[in-house]
Amino acid sequence: MRALTFAERNRKEILRDPMTLLFGMVLPLLMLWLFSMMAENMPFDLFTLEKLAPAIIVFSFSFITLFTGMLIGRDKSSSFLMRIFASPMAATDYLAGYALPLLPIAFLQITACYGTALLLGMPFTIDAIPAVGVLSIISLLYIGFGLFFGTFFTDRQVGAMFAIFVNITTWLSGTWFELDMIGGTFQRVAYLLPFAHAVDASRAIFAGDYGAVFIPMLWVMAYTAVIFGIAVWGFKKRMRG
Amino acid sequence: MEIAIKELTKTFKGRIAVDHLSLTIGQGEFFALLGENGAGKTTTIKLLSCLMKPTSGDAIMLGDSIVENPQAVKKKLNISPQETAVARNLTVKENLEFIAKIYGSDKREAEQKAMGLMDKFGLMDRAKSKGRTLSGGLERRLSIAMAMISEPEIIFLDEPTVGLDVRARLDLWQILLDLKGQITIILTTHYLEEVEALADRIGIMHKGRLHALGTLEELKEQTGQAKLQDIFLQLTAEAEIQ
Ligand SMILES: Nc1ncnc2c1ncn2[C@@H]1O[C@H](COP(=O)(O)OP(=O)(O)O)[C@@H](O)[C@H]1O
Ligand SMILES: [Mg+2]
Repeated sequence: MRALTFAERNRKEILRDPMTLLFGMVLPLLMLWLFSMMAENMPFDLFTLEKLAPAIIVFSFSFITLFTGMLIGRDKSSSFLMRIFASPMAATDYLAGYALPLLPIAFLQITACYGTALLLGMPFTIDAIPAVGVLSIISLLYIGFGLFFGTFFTDRQVGAMFAIFVNITTWLSGTWFELDMIGGTFQRVAYLLPFAHAVDASRAIFAGDYGAVFIPMLWVMAYTAVIFGIAVWGFKKRMRG
Repeated sequence: MEIAIKELTKTFKGRIAVDHLSLTIGQGEFFALLGENGAGKTTTIKLLSCLMKPTSGDAIMLGDSIVENPQAVKKKLNISPQETAVARNLTVKENLEFIAKIYGSDKREAEQKAMGLMDKFGLMDRAKSKGRTLSGGLERRLSIAMAMISEPEIIFLDEPTVGLDVRARLDLWQILLDLKGQITIILTTHYLEEVEALADRIGIMHKGRLHALGTLEELKEQTGQAKLQDIFLQLTAEAEIQ
């Protein structure tokens, strides 16, 4: 109950920030549109809507990391967290309260990107329905990174960390170019991180290639569990002063 | 029932922030903790409100120990932190209702309490304003109202008038004087006038240690000084020499 009250506050705090709409929605849709236009003149199929839309949805999730991290960072610097630490809420209430409101935002991002892709001419397939489920799980990874950044860094540091994070998540994910085009160490490093796996899983599920979803999702979920674990540990430590 | 602080100590990586603090604060008292920046005031508040565990020592808050039973202590108190801790994108009313709800009020009760406090703190005409649009004085009033909404028996106000202009400060003093006697108030400040205007009793803290304790009259008598400023300088200078 307290977690839900806190989640409601966090939802309002995020949705009433114009940055949420700008970066969380407008920017990804704009990129979807721009890159899909480029696809016509490209010799490879990376920017066709079928490959682009699933990857851009994952790209839009990186802003979820920013929103979560910034919110927690600000709550620390404004002592808002101190105020609610003084209340009888438990650590799990806080983390659930921060994480929960991001799920509907992820859902909005999924539907907005997918809807836009349909408008741009991508044919509808029934695979979109399980894809929403898979993408919701993927969004937890990005929520987890947000909790992690917010717990360990100040709001200003979160801004700087995010600049690095968004570069890693996009360049090492195969969204803008095929990773095996570069190959070698670069590709190996990319596949040691979860982001390329997240994009692979998203593309596979939208393509109806269910067999290719499982292994990448194992990577994603393992990373999610570890990141959440570290965030919870750090948060509890902070609560104790 | 009172607040009995016993040898309360907090060290950060070997540096001592609160040094064997012992004092008793009566129920319903308006107590001011006076000290320069870095004196250990905020740390003392964090210890007493169970946001931090003491390195050693204890405090019995109206019957419950901060070490043994922090959950029971937490229910009795609330706090207006040094940075106002107001939610930026929530309205004044939503901020108040939010705190009421996390302390267990249902929707209706939260609204009733929010209305009552907005009235009392002169915030009614700003009920729909977002936290980030408030002036320093209004933000601080909201911050204190948010602490009051859980109906605490003890309230901590950490440097409530820092950064306020004269009028906002005087307005806030009036609000605090109206609260006086209803609940136990522990206020920290480095403004001497504030202490003189508000407090029943004063503790002077310097480098983590309590250097004097008493009413203004008692402190004047002890030191032979007529002005709080001189009392403060005399007491803290003794500490500098040591
Ligand atoms: N979390 C912390 N870690 C390390 N040192 C701290 C921490 N909090 C406070 N201090 C130190 O403890 C001393 C007292 O700080 P504080 O209680 O904030 O003083 P005041 O509120 O009176 O200005 C200062 O020297 C400060 O640097
Ligand atoms: Mg302080």
